[in-house]
Amino acid sequence: MAMEPYRLTIHELQEKLRQGELTAADAADSIFGRIAAVDERTKSFITVMRETAMVEARKADEAIRSGKGGPLTGIPLAIKDILCTKGVRTTCGSRILQNFIPPYDATVVRKLKDQGAVIVGKTNMDEFAMGSSTETSYYGITKNPWDLERIPGGSSGGSAAAVAADECMASLGSDTGGSIRQPAALCGIVGMKPTYGRVSRYGLIAFASSLDQIGPFTKDVEDCALLLSAIAGYDPMESTSVPIEVPDYRSFVGKDIRGWKIGVPREYFIEGIDPEVLAAVEKSIGVLESLGAERVDITLPHTEYCLAVYYIIAPAEASSNLARYDGVKYGYRSPEAGDLIEMYRKSRSEGFGAEVKRRIMLGTYVLSSGYYDAYYKKASQVRTLIKRDFEEAFRRCDVILTPTSPTPAFRIGEKTDDPLQMYLSDIFTISANLAGIPGISLPCGFSGDGLPIGVQLLAWHFQEGKLIQAASALERNAEIKKRRPAL
Amino acid sequence: MEYETVIGLEVHAQLLTDSKIFCGCSTKFGATPNSHTCQICLGMPGVLPVLNRKVVEFTIKMGLATHCRINPEDVFARKNYFYPDLPKGYQISQFDRPLAEDGWVDVEIDGNKKRIGIIRIHMEEDAGKLVHDEAGPFSYVDFNRTGVPLIEIVSRPDIRSPEEASAYLRRLHEILVYLEICDGNMEEGSFRCDANVSIRPEGADEFGTRTELKNMNSFRNVQRALEYEVKRQQYVIEGGGKVIQETRLWDDAQGTTHSMRGKEEAHDYRYFPDPDLVPVAIDEAWIEQIRATLPELPVEKRERFAREYGIPPYDAGVLTTTRALAEFYEETVRLTGKPKIASNWVMGDVLRYLNEEKRDIQDSPVTPSALAGMINLIEKGTISGKIAKEVFEEMYRSGKGPEEIIREKGLVQITDEDALKKAIEQVLAANPAEVEQYRAGKQKLFGFFVGQVMKATGGKANPALVNELLKKTLSSP
Repeated sequence: MAMEPYRLTIHELQEKLRQGELTAADAADSIFGRIAAVDERTKSFITVMRETAMVEARKADEAIRSGKGGPLTGIPLAIKDILCTKGVRTTCGSRILQNFIPPYDATVVRKLKDQGAVIVGKTNMDEFAMGSSTETSYYGITKNPWDLERIPGGSSGGSAAAVAADECMASLGSDTGGSIRQPAALCGIVGMKPTYGRVSRYGLIAFASSLDQIGPFTKDVEDCALLLSAIAGYDPMESTSVPIEVPDYRSFVGKDIRGWKIGVPREYFIEGIDPEVLAAVEKSIGVLESLGAERVDITLPHTEYCLAVYYIIAPAEASSNLARYDGVKYGYRSPEAGDLIEMYRKSRSEGFGAEVKRRIMLGTYVLSSGYYDAYYKKASQVRTLIKRDFEEAFRRCDVILTPTSPTPAFRIGEKTDDPLQMYLSDIFTISANLAGIPGISLPCGFSGDGLPIGVQLLAWHFQEGKLIQAASALERNAEIKKRRPAL
Repeated sequence: MEYETVIGLEVHAQLLTDSKIFCGCSTKFGATPNSHTCQICLGMPGVLPVLNRKVVEFTIKMGLATHCRINPEDVFARKNYFYPDLPKGYQISQFDRPLAEDGWVDVEIDGNKKRIGIIRIHMEEDAGKLVHDEAGPFSYVDFNRTGVPLIEIVSRPDIRSPEEASAYLRRLHEILVYLEICDGNMEEGSFRCDANVSIRPEGADEFGTRTELKNMNSFRNVQRALEYEVKRQQYVIEGGGKVIQETRLWDDAQGTTHSMRGKEEAHDYRYFPDPDLVPVAIDEAWIEQIRATLPELPVEKRERFAREYGIPPYDAGVLTTTRALAEFYEETVRLTGKPKIASNWVMGDVLRYLNEEKRDIQDSPVTPSALAGMINLIEKGTISGKIAKEVFEEMYRSGKGPEEIIREKGLVQITDEDALKKAIEQVLAANPAEVEQYRAGKQKLFGFFVGQVMKATGGKANPALVNELLKKTLSSP
């Protein structure tokens, strides 16, 4: 029996569409069949867009027939519910946006549509991307396809689970402190956070504007390269996007890494890391060495401040970004309110969840008069030092290799009562956001319990090509047994 | 005790760009509510601002015109507060790195020059407008104004009286309008002012506690509000009380100020650099390029007019009130070579007719070339100055040229000696008694005969010639 289309990667499906072995409508049908079969268990999606997707799929088939198909034509993709989709409800995982229908498409969504992609749905996420487990969503908890008792990581847990569970060929997520890389690691797939400014943030509902970046979740590194090429580039609608040419990232796939220097930062190999994670990551270093790369021990001296700096800057920006949810123009408005102040207070009290409120309060506090210098200003200064650490380190190596997450997926509810423990699960990913550098996570092994483990590679600004090159070398030579979650 | 008044002003001026500061929406005033909006100025989730370059350019212009230092790297900051007319819950403004700093303007009070310092000029976005339904339970929000570019000009506390405040405001207003970066319309809110005011015993070094005054929408109201507030503070202090630091609203109808919010209710705006906008880099080349486009400013123009045209400072002041008026005048002078006569006509009839209809000089039906043509006809003796008044009125009403009107109405001055002699003879024949008296020595009657001749010729007679011929006729029996 031929392989079910939903199992395919983007490049595999693309080939079959081109050969005429499959139609985009077949692929979409297969995906919706799969969603119907498993999403009740994974809860990857907030909104499934079957009707519009089938229309897009038929259009894609026409384009392919008339020879106008591109690399993404007819490919079923899922979008994190933090990205605005014109005419399709976009909730950001929050009650406060339960009825918000954007009047416009995010730049990345428009780019995908223009390239003929078929958008199958909007995926679940931690409320306003604040979380590492997708447990803070107003729309329920997404489950890890490898073990339904466990979290998929977060905040882009829905996008990661949907790819791992074959509910789409690939998806987009957003990463503010690890929200793509950590769930990618925990779900056994590839996830990349590009350089800050590489992908337009226009239409991405802001959490922490100086840290947020959109990136792909894919089944393999080649797909990652392909999807990144499709969404990257300068956007005149976005002041912080950078006008640097977008290379064909796919051309880095399979390239030799002989003579490369792999930086291993001693600050990232600390106590508290799960021994199985440590072993799998060490094994990855060995694989790269066997391919002719050299291990270089490096130091990133300000690493210990990353978490503190992040939990000042991100909530500060969030407290301002989330001020617009006031019940005036769109979104949730409390029916109970008698006057203006009460409308604000009740709408926000009822519309936001506990973690979001916690961060708004933190952020408001650190920005308030008398505390700004001690917190926000100081954190910004330390952020510069963290960036300098990387600048220094990349003089000595091509890429940096670290674990993505200190542990494999933890159990649902395990850390919900202890925000600090939850925050620690991003300890290895946060620094890349603070420094604005790109990072990728890819599978590097499994725990004894059969849970995926991820390894993270980091590179200097706009060196996504290097990440693809190193990740693809690792992927092809690591000899990890191809496994799929048993759903 | 004698008190000294200390005033600092914050002026908000809307910039005359076609589109808003961070999106492409129109800035036009008076449109249907919420028709000039998009997802960006409405602060929808996910939108991002992109800076309108014209706003920077206009602000640099104002900075240069007020002798400010232009900072090479300017940072936008978020000013956070909740209000229904502020769709993002924060206003994009500038905080510790504004575009322009440390400037000044000179004002004249009773003929004395006084220099008022400017602390800073920064760019920001305007908020929307609330419309309160007096009858119903709802208020409405119009977001058309949201995102219209503003500059805020903050003065030093150098102002010592309400008159100085008013003079300073007029000077800023004049410069903004001259630069063509603001329409200066106070009623529509294009030019708004808040005032910080305090008093202190004459000779004291420390400032007194200040109040902030808002809601003054005309030069006159600013002066009235300040006068009231100074008196109020004196009254409080002399009554043994203390001035409280607070924001007070001017009530135009009552002619008083009343408390809006106290210091403890003051907002903590939690300013921080806006991460959605990159710092604006302004290099010397850009500044110089803009400097080269600056027009001659009112003060310079005033001095040049007095010097170059030899007209009184008062005339120079009136004629430079707006750039268009100054241009009208200069064009008239260029075409006539008669600066003082041109000044009399422009300041006299031209402005009188326009003011009666509340029209701007740009809309004058009489063009500088038509006016100059008429002045030249007076100079040539084709028409008398008196007839010219009539010609001007007709030019204004019909928009026709002076020659055409003179021809149509037969207003050409009579310089034909025979015709005049005939008229004189008729007048003398009709008034034999007066002729008798004149010849008997009653010289005063000469004016009577001139008047009669003018009347007989419908005012068209050349007055000088009439004088000459009349004298001759009367002295030769």
